[in-house]
Amino acid sequence: MSRYLPFLQAAPLFLILAVFLLVPMAMLVVVSFYDYDSFSLIPDFVLTNYRDVFSSWVTWQTYLKTVWFAALTWAITLGLGFWLAYFLAFVVRDPGWRMLLFVLTTVPFWTSNLIRMIAWIPFLGRNGILNNALIKAGAIDRPLEFLLFSDFAVILALVHLYTLFMVVPIFNTMMRIDRQLLEAARDAGAGFWQALWFIILPLCKPGIGIGSIFVVVLVMGDFATVRLMSGGQSASVGLMISNQIGLMQYPAAAANAVVLLAMVLLLVGAMLRMIDIRKEL
Amino acid sequence: MTNSNKTALSRTSWSRRSLLALSGAALGSGAVSGFPTIWAQNIKDVTLRQIGTGVSGLNPIAEQVKKDLGFNLQLTVSDTDAVAQRAATQARSFDIADIEYFSIKKVYPTGAVQPIDTGRIKLMDKIVPIFTTGRLTPDGQMGQGTSPFSVGFVNSKGAKGFAGQRTELMTLLPTIYNADTLGIRPDLVGRPIARWKDLLDPAFKGRAAILNIPGIGIMDAAMVAESAGIVKYGDKGNMTRAEIDKTIAFLIDAKRSGQFRAFWKTFDESVNLMASGEVVIQSMWSPAVAAVRSRGIACTYQPLTEGYRAWGSGLGIMRHVSGLQLDAAYEYLNWYLSGWVGAFLNRQGYYSAVLETAQQNMSENEWGYWMEGKPATASIMSPDGREMEKAGAVRDGGSFTERMGKVVCWNSVMNEDRYMVQKWNEFIAA
Repeated sequence: MSRYLPFLQAAPLFLILAVFLLVPMAMLVVVSFYDYDSFSLIPDFVLTNYRDVFSSWVTWQTYLKTVWFAALTWAITLGLGFWLAYFLAFVVRDPGWRMLLFVLTTVPFWTSNLIRMIAWIPFLGRNGILNNALIKAGAIDRPLEFLLFSDFAVILALVHLYTLFMVVPIFNTMMRIDRQLLEAARDAGAGFWQALWFIILPLCKPGIGIGSIFVVVLVMGDFATVRLMSGGQSASVGLMISNQIGLMQYPAAAANAVVLLAMVLLLVGAMLRMIDIRKEL
Repeated sequence: MTNSNKTALSRTSWSRRSLLALSGAALGSGAVSGFPTIWAQNIKDVTLRQIGTGVSGLNPIAEQVKKDLGFNLQLTVSDTDAVAQRAATQARSFDIADIEYFSIKKVYPTGAVQPIDTGRIKLMDKIVPIFTTGRLTPDGQMGQGTSPFSVGFVNSKGAKGFAGQRTELMTLLPTIYNADTLGIRPDLVGRPIARWKDLLDPAFKGRAAILNIPGIGIMDAAMVAESAGIVKYGDKGNMTRAEIDKTIAFLIDAKRSGQFRAFWKTFDESVNLMASGEVVIQSMWSPAVAAVRSRGIACTYQPLTEGYRAWGSGLGIMRHVSGLQLDAAYEYLNWYLSGWVGAFLNRQGYYSAVLETAQQNMSENEWGYWMEGKPATASIMSPDGREMEKAGAVRDGGSFTERMGKVVCWNSVMNEDRYMVQKWNEFIAA
């Protein structure tokens, strides 16, 4: 009996995962092979949905664009997140201040995602606050068009949304770094950059890894930000899937979802190979 | 409805109250349905769950239903595509579908909706002839595309196809429709706008928009392409693959050259684009123009030489609805035509299916402004009590007959629908 006890203890979690993760996932894969017409699904085993995904230049372009959004957002949030975390962990000395500033980084999350995005529109618009301020200051003589409804706007909103996901895990790993290591490095004659490169960065890798997984996975699946901030002019895989669902093309959407899932899993797998995040836990 | 009730009704005046009182009495007498007494007692427990777009999924209507009919109308609001999709796939989650005629072309064949017995619709013969004969006037034109008439009737309860002529069974009870055109910011366009092709004018580069609902957007695009002489269509409402290719190619060209500022999907988005000045010319819906204007910003619903693109929607009863609930549904449909909603919708710039009853619920000034194209004699107020127009204003495009008489095409579902949607996605992704 005692041999089976661990299995029994794990059973509830397994059941939940099976019912709410494995079964839906299997359905997704099954439906991706279905045929469909304008308003109904036709159970079948056809490869047309996958053929549509891989044979259309638009889909390729959309996947590339999504990866591009993810890569750019990842790079910027990593840069921002790392230095914000560094500031919180090493520059701010007083724990009270550190806590307060840390809480402040979560301010963007106090309102809903959608409201935050909509708030960008009066700010960045042609007659928005930023353009008006710049014109009044004499910096520009005509409104900057690229600020809103552009890839710039998409990246800006994504960075705004997801920087926190970088800050938190990196900050967490930094706080665990033994300060004596840094003192030892300084005693041994290491400068700021050397200490950063040889001590802090390697020890932060698990945090960077976790943050990267968050950001990349979230951006790859995003559709609302891309649609609202690009004014419907840019596409992402998530948006393509949501359009297909809207038009009742479930099998096509399922096929895209499967491909996207495979892609994200590969990316996450690659990251996990490079960084052992279990060190964190 | 039995014969005795019919004659009783015809002798009575057509006010809503009396009509309701009468139908209530008729129902109570047990002559109509199998639920004579339950009706009276359980009416308050009936809830009709309706799915529709924000166009007519409005809380004041639900409140009025509660007041006039006593039962609950529970509204779920979504965008055009999602409404059609949910009506077709989650039919059991709803009792009433408030959907567009071009959507019903796809939804009806799935069997989600039951046909409406026109015998139970008291004002059937008062419905605007666009829906019952296909033409506004006997010598009027039909308009290309999925016209409400072409998908409005079926031959039998089990039929999957449409009758194409008036029968005893309707797919949707027409409720609301309008003639759409381009909206402009007269203060910012800097010149008179007269043609659909003006959307492509390089002067409006980066300041034009088009709506991103394939079934509607493709029609606006077709109006533009035809106007600019880029594509010649056999039937805009049922394009061939070659015509679709050409239309999408021109859209992609325009997009690449930076003509469009955005593509909008919801009413609110179009209002914000216009009000903020991001866009000065775009596809627009009539109440969106009114919403921009009510913010004190000039906005014109510009009549164009080539004519209007029209749409219509109606109420469908889901297949599973029966018994007491079905009676309530018919009650609701009849109420919809009885005047209050008609006036409510007309005041927002839409048109109601039965004009007579709506007129009785509108002031002379309101009727003159909204329906007859006359200058307003006093302020025109919106249903929520804000001033929309000052005295002296004239409705863009003029009277009902001027506007609905110039409809050249309807929102459409084409035979090549799947291909069109695919190509449309390419345009959005390009």
